[in-house]
Amino acid sequence: MRLAIIGAGAVGRSVLALAGEHGHDVVAVADSKTAAVDDDGVDADAVLDRKSARGRVGGGDPQDALDAEYDALVEVTPTTLGDAEPGFGHVAHALERDRDVVLANKGPVAERYGDLRALEAESDGRVRFEATVAGAIPVLGTINDYGRENVTAAKGILNGTANFVLSRMAAEGLDYEHVLAEAQDLGVAEADPTFDVDGTDAALKCVILANVLADGERTYALEDASVEGIRSIPPSALSLAGEDGRTVRLVGEATADGARVGPRLVPDDGALSVSGTRNVVQLETEHAGSLQLGGRGAGGDETASAVLADVRRLQG
Amino acid sequence: MNVVAADLDGAPRAYTIRLELVDEPGELLRALEPIADNGGNLLSIYHERGNLTPRGNIPVKVDIECRPDRFEDVVEALRDAGVTIIQAGEDVYTEQVTVLLVGHLVDTDLSDTLTRVESCTSASVTDLSLDAPEGTSDVSSARIHLAVAPDGVAEALSKIRVVADEKGLQVVEPLVEEGA
Repeated sequence: MRLAIIGAGAVGRSVLALAGEHGHDVVAVADSKTAAVDDDGVDADAVLDRKSARGRVGGGDPQDALDAEYDALVEVTPTTLGDAEPGFGHVAHALERDRDVVLANKGPVAERYGDLRALEAESDGRVRFEATVAGAIPVLGTINDYGRENVTAAKGILNGTANFVLSRMAAEGLDYEHVLAEAQDLGVAEADPTFDVDGTDAALKCVILANVLADGERTYALEDASVEGIRSIPPSALSLAGEDGRTVRLVGEATADGARVGPRLVPDDGALSVSGTRNVVQLETEHAGSLQLGGRGAGGDETASAVLADVRRLQG
Repeated sequence: MNVVAADLDGAPRAYTIRLELVDEPGELLRALEPIADNGGNLLSIYHERGNLTPRGNIPVKVDIECRPDRFEDVVEALRDAGVTIIQAGEDVYTEQVTVLLVGHLVDTDLSDTLTRVESCTSASVTDLSLDAPEGTSDVSSARIHLAVAPDGVAEALSKIRVVADEKGLQVVEPLVEEGA
């Protein structure tokens, strides 16, 4: 397929680097200020070198990338809340041109699901967003394969940073501030970890899952979710849980009736008590019990792999 | 020896009796006397004065212990005394639920917190562990084990949330495993 990649962060660069192996041509790449467009396919290595050396992907205008002759637009700009712009505008533009869209940006799917589906209904283009939930783990693909009506709930560990902090606190008896500093040194937590430790990131993923499970009958946004973070969990709570064969994890839950994220008690040996930055999602199915899907929930190549899985599905 | 006989000669067991009392002086005492007179040992009484039933009566939950063969006598004696019995039977607390509470637990009167959690008609606190590493005036954590009726878990958790919310405490609820 011919792809246009909008956004040149870690995920966008990985999609660009891996697209060739998957048999796709990237005809346009844009970052926030520049673009590289070539109907015969851009030179991925040259664009990646230019981006790392000079902080720009090319000499063109980003709008040129949006107007390029692609089959699918890959929207991988940073997640924004509220009106989800500029990501939502990029998606709308592609759908108006009857092109397919693959998102890694959570904003449009979490904050404006109804608007997105309405635009898709008017278009010959289709929207896919596997990469918005749990990185490389094929959660949405599995829900789709089983049929969303056969999946009653999804719950899981959807934020690697929060999970790393809680599992280190429990293992070492250290307090939150100590472990967060360690996580920042290791590059597991960002300088501003608010999005992760306050549960916002996990909540966006749960809202997306709730939107999928509700299948348009109701739509949800972040403000509809119940969200609690992990900052106020002291080591004493983790040790009391530990004495009891339990631990505390930041668990996200989604059903067709809504989304909820908060620290929860889980059995030490349970499916959700994973350690470190690993993610795991448990789907409750109508006829097949619980399914557990685990793996890496973040990272450039991991998220790009989910993007390229969507592209493959669109190819049919 | 058959099974019924084995059941009958057993040790005392716990029973819960739910009553409705008219809001008049002496009513509670009148309801408790027949229990003691027939070999029942009172374990706890929850007298929910602030909460009237649709009929304007006061719901009362009485936990007693007695030998299985005396329980029918207790119930019979209550009926003879004209007490309204809503439910009487062996304890149905079969679900074990664990929650953590975090915050200024001691300053916000932990004992009151537990009493109010127990006032939930379907739950009973069976164990409490408190960890206050910085002293009782600082943030501490408590682990509470509850015995809850099978269909009462959601109600018990919601009661805990309400009390914790009022007192500015954080609740770490168990993840209820479906089909586990």
